[in-house]
Amino acid sequence: MKAADTLLQMVRSTDAIRAFAKRIEIDAAQLKKPLRVMEVCGGHTHAILQYGLDQLLPQSVKLIHGPGCPVCVLPQHRIDAAINLAWRPNTILVTLGDMIRVPGSQGISLQQTRAAGADVRYVYSPLDCLAIAADNPDKNIIYVAIGFETTTPMTALLLEQTQSKQLNNLFFHCNHVLVPQAMERILAAGGAVDAFIAPGHVSVMAGAKQYQHLAEKYRTPVVISGFEPVDLLDAVLRIINQVNSGVAEVDNAYSRFVKTAGNHKAQQLVATYFEPHDDFLWRGIGRIPGSALKLRSTFGDRDAEVQFPESCPAPTEEKPGNCLCGLILMGLAQPTDCPLFADGCTPQNPQGSCMVSNEGACAAYYKYRRES
Amino acid sequence: MTDTIQLAHGSGGLENQQLIHDLFFTAFDNPVLAAGEDAALIEGGRLAVSTDSFTVSPLFFPGGDIGTLAVAGTLNDVAMRGARPQHITVAFIIEEGVKMNMLIRIINSMREELAVSGAQVIAGDTKVVPRGVIDQLMINTTGFGTIVSDCNTRRIAAGDHLIISGDIARHGACIFAAREEIAIKGLTSDCCTLWPAIAPLLEAGLDVHAMRDATRGGISAVFNEWAQQTGLNFNLHEDNIPVSSEVRGFAEILGIDPYILACEGVFVMAVAAQDSAAVINLLHRHGHPRAALVGAVETTQGTATVLLHSAYGTKRRLEYPSGEILPRIC
Ligand code: SF4
Repeated sequence: MKAADTLLQMVRSTDAIRAFAKRIEIDAAQLKKPLRVMEVCGGHTHAILQYGLDQLLPQSVKLIHGPGCPVCVLPQHRIDAAINLAWRPNTILVTLGDMIRVPGSQGISLQQTRAAGADVRYVYSPLDCLAIAADNPDKNIIYVAIGFETTTPMTALLLEQTQSKQLNNLFFHCNHVLVPQAMERILAAGGAVDAFIAPGHVSVMAGAKQYQHLAEKYRTPVVISGFEPVDLLDAVLRIINQVNSGVAEVDNAYSRFVKTAGNHKAQQLVATYFEPHDDFLWRGIGRIPGSALKLRSTFGDRDAEVQFPESCPAPTEEKPGNCLCGLILMGLAQPTDCPLFADGCTPQNPQGSCMVSNEGACAAYYKYRRES
Repeated sequence: MTDTIQLAHGSGGLENQQLIHDLFFTAFDNPVLAAGEDAALIEGGRLAVSTDSFTVSPLFFPGGDIGTLAVAGTLNDVAMRGARPQHITVAFIIEEGVKMNMLIRIINSMREELAVSGAQVIAGDTKVVPRGVIDQLMINTTGFGTIVSDCNTRRIAAGDHLIISGDIARHGACIFAAREEIAIKGLTSDCCTLWPAIAPLLEAGLDVHAMRDATRGGISAVFNEWAQQTGLNFNLHEDNIPVSSEVRGFAEILGIDPYILACEGVFVMAVAAQDSAAVINLLHRHGHPRAALVGAVETTQGTATVLLHSAYGTKRRLEYPSGEILPRIC
């Protein structure tokens, strides 16, 4: 723990934070127009609000929150599928943490489904499914996989081990989504964002190279950042400097973990088991071609959508009602713009997914900023 | 209210508090209960009483077991009221098939933990239920103690200093890590009886206004409950809150806020400002070397809040914990 400890102290050090804030203030004075920086990842949004980093930035630099919360972007029909699957006879439904809190179209979450009697479990590591499957040979174990490029390799590894151990009772409901496609959608829509802070954990796996074409095609700086105060301020400073010198490129402010090529082994594993999903609806954003992954058809006998089609409703566009999540995920609104925020909509009584998931922007504002 | 009871209703956060207020306080309304303290005062204010039920998985964890918890937890609630813990009742609900030597081990830890405060078991009960009805073992304990100095939330005043007795979140992190089978070296529960640290403070006549052990919901639940009950602001300095490097590492990996994780041997106090240095000094000498001044109580014009101030000049709310504690996904 010792080395990690010093590193943590360094990236949280008060002196370093103050120094970066000062530098940002000086360099931002050179900006010709206000700069809108989107942090794509929900983890970044939380770190920014938790440490109050936005309070350290000058008026001319505005942080905009992005779509990088895997639970927030999951459409209700896929949550409905998970709930239906959980109610199948002899079934244990397994998923990751926050997924169990989001309500589907009937207002019921997996958590409530569990309280009503279904066997719903959450794991920290997807590989825990192996033990659950081995311990319950007479039951079907359905793993509802969710997450960006960070968690996909773990699902691929689970699938690999399921195959090699011949665990015929383990199935996958795949909801893995991809970051660059979502970023491109925001850039293509235009007008919301001048630069990106790209997610650290995702980039550890996928590599810095996956943002190259975005920086070039849309002339938009992309800086990869970690999750500590100094990491994020460093990323903001690098963006300001790119803008001031008229360049737009991919820069890696998280090089202690992220390599340009990413983790090759993880990428290969993912390519072996998954292929692009062409009909994936993002909640509040809509269809983005090739923005999600599904099991390759060779593994159809593992795919819950293939094996239990009657439990998996067809994609349907949702009506957002008064909830601004769609605009928030696209960078076009802030949580506090929503009239329901903290009033009609709270984490205990959420009206939209950005409030449900702990990683959502509305939840972060509610947690750290309400009434202060 | 929801139709069904969810795990969140028992996790020491907002839902838990709502259930207590909407259902129990309404149904059983009386002035003693309505005081809403961890221990109630009866017999003309001389006797403090508190009850608690214990269920923990795994039953044995680094730093203790369910028996240690069942004794320390309840007696700590009595001690937090400013009372010397003297008697305790113990009720066991045991699942058919539990191994006798496991039960003996738990009873032995209870006996050892009782010796710390000198409290005695004065009544008990045993029920055995068929296999599968519960998970191995549950224990309910009720503790009694005589008041030395009545410490309670109503005594908290603007200007009070806030002290935390030790590094926070160890129990919550340790149980979470054990359940998820995440090995973090050196991470042990802080579970312990607090009376030996409280007694010298009360005997010295120091002006301690209120104390609360930061169990379920962590320090966040305590400060938020205090803010709600007193209508005062609680300002905390993040850098002064003691957190061990093991807990920091754990929180970092899972994306869980240490402020909402349970402690079982760390408590929070509001004390008169002029006595805070003496309180900390005595805590340091009686087994709590990391006790620290973490903030102060202030009046407010608006809604009472708990604010965390960073050393680099930013601030944020410390929210009332809510929902189940879940690790982040990405
Ligand atoms: S506050 Fe609630 S209703 Fe408003 S945008 Fe956020 S999630 Fe939607």
